[in-house]
Amino acid sequence: MKYLDEYRDPALARQLLAELRRTATHPWRIMEVCGGQTHTLVRQGIDELLPAGIRMIHGPGCPVCVTPLETLDRAMAIAERPGVILTSFGDMLRVPGSTTDLLALRARGADVRVIYSPMDAVRTAEENPGREVVFLAVGFETTAPANAMTVLHADRLGLTNFSLLVSHVLVPPAMTALLDDPECEVEAFLAAGHVCAVMGWTEYEPIAARYQVPVVVTGFEPLDLLEGILMAVTQLEEGRHDVENQYARAVHRTGNSEAQDVLGLVFRSTDRAWRGIGTLPASGLELAPEYASFDASRRFDVSGPHSTEDPECIAGDILTGARLPTDCVAYGARCTPRTPLGAPMVSSEGTCAAFHAAGRTRSAPA
Amino acid sequence: MTLDCPLPYGEHELIQLGHGAGGRLTAELLDSLVLPALGGQPDGPLEDAALLPGADELVVSTDSFVVSPLSFPGGDIGSLAVHGTVNDLAMRGALPLALTLAVIAEEGLPLAELRAVLDSAGKAAYETGVPFVTGDTKVVGRGAADRLFLNTTGIGRRITGLTPSAAKARPGDAVLLSGPIGLHGTAVLSTREGLGFETDIASDTRPLHRLVQALAPLGGGIHSLRDPTRGGLAAALNEIARDSGVGVRIEERAVPVPAAVAAACDLLGLDPLVVANEGCLVAFVTADTADEALTALRAHPEGAEAVRIGHCAAAPAGRVELRTLIGARRVVDMPLGEQLPRIC
Repeated sequence: MKYLDEYRDPALARQLLAELRRTATHPWRIMEVCGGQTHTLVRQGIDELLPAGIRMIHGPGCPVCVTPLETLDRAMAIAERPGVILTSFGDMLRVPGSTTDLLALRARGADVRVIYSPMDAVRTAEENPGREVVFLAVGFETTAPANAMTVLHADRLGLTNFSLLVSHVLVPPAMTALLDDPECEVEAFLAAGHVCAVMGWTEYEPIAARYQVPVVVTGFEPLDLLEGILMAVTQLEEGRHDVENQYARAVHRTGNSEAQDVLGLVFRSTDRAWRGIGTLPASGLELAPEYASFDASRRFDVSGPHSTEDPECIAGDILTGARLPTDCVAYGARCTPRTPLGAPMVSSEGTCAAFHAAGRTRSAPA
Repeated sequence: MTLDCPLPYGEHELIQLGHGAGGRLTAELLDSLVLPALGGQPDGPLEDAALLPGADELVVSTDSFVVSPLSFPGGDIGSLAVHGTVNDLAMRGALPLALTLAVIAEEGLPLAELRAVLDSAGKAAYETGVPFVTGDTKVVGRGAADRLFLNTTGIGRRITGLTPSAAKARPGDAVLLSGPIGLHGTAVLSTREGLGFETDIASDTRPLHRLVQALAPLGGGIHSLRDPTRGGLAAALNEIARDSGVGVRIEERAVPVPAAVAAACDLLGLDPLVVANEGCLVAFVTADTADEALTALRAHPEGAEAVRIGHCAAAPAGRVELRTLIGARRVVDMPLGEQLPRIC
């Protein structure tokens, strides 16, 4: 395909792979945190071209995958209320809750709408003054500033029919939780370039120092990933554990201060449950008290749903990199994009979906 | 091991938008419900048009158009209805003889919009050289339809010597593509959702029968033709791989994706391989006719950018593989259903 050739050049890719083979004298295990990076790795087959000892561990950075089941069930309970318009990004609609998903609810008559920009949710509220418009606001530091802007905008407009069901999560607490696990195999991280474009990389410096792990801020194109892996392996071979920036064309050390200001104004940090992983302290964002009137979980009493995961789903192990999708007995059989048991098979950024789309088959019969 | 899940999903016992998206859900609906009810053969080749029983030189196709918005950069529902049906006939090696047009209009539709759309359909039919011979008009109450639906049926006559079928691709065939992909789907999505790509992207909607006519001298060397509409190139290649029992191998680098389409897809998390097209075709031709076929396609404006994107292999049967930009291989799966833009 003739686009972004500069970052998809096969000759340069071969050069980077050759340099990686020269550099790597030991086996190393590197985690790409972001689901977008997982998809590039798998769709381009990069992980299969790496030297035999270099293993990529797929991390928890798919925002759709880690959204708690309880939040999804709550969103569906709200969507079923008369007079409600539930808005969210497209890939949230197919994620299975305990008993159904938002696409199925839409087919049964619920007013569930896909938005392409968070501000579309505010516009929907403006255009439907007699309806309650709820925005299911999920994602990492990448999407949180734009979602925060919806609150400021709705506040300026004096909208009283707009609210957010907030389930934002933060990357650094997830990284430290993984590293605190005694069974953690991760020896270096590729940090998500888009997250760092907002937050910079200063918050990774204490993690790199404390756990002695290299962190390389990395982009999303094939050559970005190959270069990021090479930079991580070079650090590991040299015994260094610095934070380095492969994605210099988009990321600066201190990030985007305007976006950070909006985040600080609208949200505050909170303990957050991660689907398949559990509750991590200070790993999420919730609305600040000044904006509590925009909190859908306060506006709608939907504490009733009893959420249960499918017992066969090993999403937690997938999201922490402990196991591969192809290790799962349900993968490709009972669990497919058509009939997902867990979120990693649903989201375009989910590890299981990436493996399935690339035709990876289960390593051993169930 | 099969990657298809045999289990029904209880929560999906209602029609969803994805059932109409031309991917795996559409195929499931056809195999499990539509074809059994109508006496068809599940798992048979899914052709774009049918040969009339007892008159094999005649080909018939019917199609409904429900696009929203009614007009988009590069076209509208009227021209699309003509081109879509003409192209379905052409993919069976037929030239159109006549068209029918059924109109279902929602109460409240401005007459000016209906006139504009029908003028466009008439102009497209004139330019294609095929008359509308009959039609029907229905009006339904407000809310019972989305402004305007069109249905067209086309009758065509097969070009002598051309007998393409989705089931006739063979190992060794060259896979040709007549032009860039992704333009129609991104143009419609951009206009419908106000995404602002429309200055760069226009639908590729156009008739393809002249391209097929240009291939006619190659006769039996033309094995399979398909215009990759809903489900995009990925669905078209998977259908031919399945129906012909061959493996299809394509080169990512050879597939032409306009820069604006690539940028839009990157932004939205969509795969250009599964985005809809309305003005290009894939042709599976014998290796020894590939160069001649490319020359014939390139001689027409609608095929000026024709390229070879891959070839057929004996195995793995039914599977489409893509050699990625950096030289690895991956499977191009049948899309599931509705394309869902990603969160970030």
